[in-house]
Amino acid sequence: MSKYSIQINGKTHEVDVMEDMPLLWVLRDVLGMKGTKFGCGMAQCGACTVHLDDVAIRSCSVPVSAVGKGKVTTIEGLSENGDHPLQQAWEKHVVPQCGYCQTGQIMNAAALLKRNPKPSEEQIEQAMQGNLCRCGTYNRIKQAIITAAGGSNVILNKADQ
Amino acid sequence: MKISSPFHKKIEQQEDVSSELFKASRRDFLKIGGVLAGGLVLGVSFFSCNDKGKKVASLAPNVYLTINADGEVIIVAHRSEMGTGIRTGLPLIIADELGADWSRVRIVQAEGDEKKYGDQNTDGSYSVRMFYKPMREAGAAARYMLIQAAAKEWNVAADECDTENGQVVHKASGKSTPFGDLVAAASALEVPKPEQLKLKDRSQFKMIGHDTPIFDLHDIVTGKAVFGIDADVENTKVAVIKHCPVVGGKIKSFDDAKAKAIPGVLKVIPIKGGDNPPTVHKPLSGVAVIAENTWAAIKGRDALEVEWDLGPNATYDSAKELEELAEKIKHSGTVRRKRGEFSKARSGAKKVIEHTYLAPHLAHATIEPPSALAVIKNSSCEVWACTQNPQGARDAVAEALGMDAAKVRVNVTLLGGGFGRKSKPDFIVEAALLAKESGLPVRVQWTREDDLHHDFHHSLSAQRIVATIDADNKLSGWSHHIAYPSIGSTFDAKVVQPSDGELGLGATDFPYNVPNIQIETYDCVSHMRIGWLRSVRNIPQAFAIQTMLDEVAAARGMDAVANALDLLGEDRNITFNEELINGKYPNYNEDIAVYPWNTSRMKRVIERVAKEAGWGKKMPAGSGLGFAAHRSFLTYVACIVEVNVDSNNRITIPNVHYAIDCGVAVNTDRIRSQFEGGAQFSTSIALKSAITVKNGAVEQNNFDTYQIIRMPESPKQIHVHIIDSEEKPTGVGEPPVPPFTPALCNAIFAATGKRIYKLPVDLTTA
Ligand code: FES
Ligand code: FES
Repeated sequence: MSKYSIQINGKTHEVDVMEDMPLLWVLRDVLGMKGTKFGCGMAQCGACTVHLDDVAIRSCSVPVSAVGKGKVTTIEGLSENGDHPLQQAWEKHVVPQCGYCQTGQIMNAAALLKRNPKPSEEQIEQAMQGNLCRCGTYNRIKQAIITAAGGSNVILNKADQ
Repeated sequence: MKISSPFHKKIEQQEDVSSELFKASRRDFLKIGGVLAGGLVLGVSFFSCNDKGKKVASLAPNVYLTINADGEVIIVAHRSEMGTGIRTGLPLIIADELGADWSRVRIVQAEGDEKKYGDQNTDGSYSVRMFYKPMREAGAAARYMLIQAAAKEWNVAADECDTENGQVVHKASGKSTPFGDLVAAASALEVPKPEQLKLKDRSQFKMIGHDTPIFDLHDIVTGKAVFGIDADVENTKVAVIKHCPVVGGKIKSFDDAKAKAIPGVLKVIPIKGGDNPPTVHKPLSGVAVIAENTWAAIKGRDALEVEWDLGPNATYDSAKELEELAEKIKHSGTVRRKRGEFSKARSGAKKVIEHTYLAPHLAHATIEPPSALAVIKNSSCEVWACTQNPQGARDAVAEALGMDAAKVRVNVTLLGGGFGRKSKPDFIVEAALLAKESGLPVRVQWTREDDLHHDFHHSLSAQRIVATIDADNKLSGWSHHIAYPSIGSTFDAKVVQPSDGELGLGATDFPYNVPNIQIETYDCVSHMRIGWLRSVRNIPQAFAIQTMLDEVAAARGMDAVANALDLLGEDRNITFNEELINGKYPNYNEDIAVYPWNTSRMKRVIERVAKEAGWGKKMPAGSGLGFAAHRSFLTYVACIVEVNVDSNNRITIPNVHYAIDCGVAVNTDRIRSQFEGGAQFSTSIALKSAITVKNGAVEQNNFDTYQIIRMPESPKQIHVHIIDSEEKPTGVGEPPVPPFTPALCNAIFAATGKRIYKLPVDLTTA
């Protein structure tokens, strides 16, 4: 067991945990921040995505000892009132089905827009390919990212009746 | 036990495995009269808590609905939310019939209690089909009482009054009163009988037939939504279990010294598994590590040394099994449906087309792995779980603990995906047993490896179809040979043949006008826990049938759409029973007279999809359109997939068109989302996923080897065309899946000239 002082969503948290404990379990089990999800434990699904200094990481595969002085942002800290442009776009397009993968999807998309505010459709696909959605919401995710980026509202899933 | 597959009614009743399920629930619940009879009426005024926890006067005409004096409308969602939108869909039916203000509606999730709420086993695309009318009656009853109260106060005739937006209104005088102000007077009235209710005309609906965003949307995008994995009480400990790699195996011995040395590990507890087969309500044999946190529990599990008695399934090899089944179906089997004389059609045929179709085991792979929390206090047990079947979980926990079910409460969280996996309560029973044994609140956490290894897998299958075309260019004969281990084997090892229920998922309800039909099945012993995966046997059966029909069309010199319309023949209702041998067509547990197999509804969706997709247009080289149509869960679906295959065999899917007839459409946005997701789910089945088994153990460990579709490979545009229908509403959770895979395979043929006979698609060997 070792003591760590980590910066999460603008606050400092002191934790006393095993040095190999992945950040995911520090967040969920030690600090009770449960918006970050567990899906695979080996950087295959993206459900656990958070930011470390604005870069998307898979928190299941980053040990707490590797976080250092970096700034961690989780879904709880993405926006004060849940109104980040991506969260708004997600609501506009009613993206989630079961919803379980969505916090990881949003965090991954937020990191994408930070480094590339106007991604092309192909760039979105490449950037999002590490995030699985078993319910199959990929097209609405893409549409919501385009909307949040202020892009043209390409209709990827046409509503016909 | 109240746990069973909806497809195994017969077997279970014979074997008394779970006859209870069908005694007390599902249809009987509706037969006894829905919400207004059968003990579901409270019909009393009582106090309820508002959203701030304050006590307020309220009107509660039935268990689903409470209207508080402050105007808040509380609606109970009694079915599980796993992504279909049902937690929004059923409440909005009540709200629409009531004339509520949706912004004043609060939805609360019911605990598992089928006596109180009616059937809660959320599977089989049942929810809207089963509860459309009861939900409408629930809303209409309150509406009736509120109108009576207002009319009396205003001294006007009740039939001059209406409800809208949370108020009773009297158009002639311009009077209106909010619901909350009428609660006291209305609750003094008698609850109306069903025959007193006047349900709204479709034209009066404000929500049914329109788009309504899901209730939990904001909580989900802000990370506040609570799933099974998020359930927490004070002092919760986490258990991770090392399960026996082979179904039916047992613990010989174990050494927990190294596990216990890991900081945070509290206890190590063996779990005695069920027999072989272990059924769905008993856990697998395993050794559990209970720890302060998940990481310590995972490390503790890794450090365990367990010696197993692997049992009789330790030699199972799925590749060999598939080969053996493919051999078996070359011979004659047990005839299950017979029309005319196939052998004559074959001997007189001008052309004979014959192929074998193979499909692998699959895993559900919900992104949320199974997880459940159990707390035992004062000889009662409380559970929080991501379960599709809370009453089944309640009964299973009660049995495992030797407790009266009345002492067990099962709370339902959101489910991070279900697809049939989470209707089995094995992981919930594990939590309850460990809570009892340890005296601690325990949340069992399955890892991805547990989930893929110890799923109730979709079964592999081998099929052979022989189609004959006569001198008049007619499809004269259809012989379908089917082999797979039955889901019934999970409940009873004696079951070695597919049930009528499984065959009735697309095979025996082959609707086409062919004069000679023979369907045969084969004995097949299971070595796995076979479960039901989103649309179940429809997956392989529609794959084989609909790709063969594409070849039949080509052989007849027709396009696939014209061929299907021709084979469906004149408008009529089809019943299959007279041609089934010692069997009955279950029709998804509905009376075929009430929910017939109607050819004109199918033709309508086929014509619509062909028009929307531009069927028949010329496609560039390397591209093609593929068609398939399939009725499942009483919903009619036609699908056209556009595919492009490049010189490296890379497959892209630019467009998918679905036309569907699911009767009255409730929440059109969620209907579309189910079809969008269904196309993606089916893309994984067609192109990516396979579970293989060696020495009785699953070979895939995680998403690196058990692959599902990722964004770059997923269908780009999915167009959902909903037929405007007045028919009774039917489900949409499963029906998108079956026709997609064959439509995709047929498109691959159109693009490349390669026929697909084995899933998942491998163009290097096809
Ligand atoms: S849980 Fe971290 S990537 Fe899957
Ligand atoms: S919404 Fe269910 S896994 Fe993505």
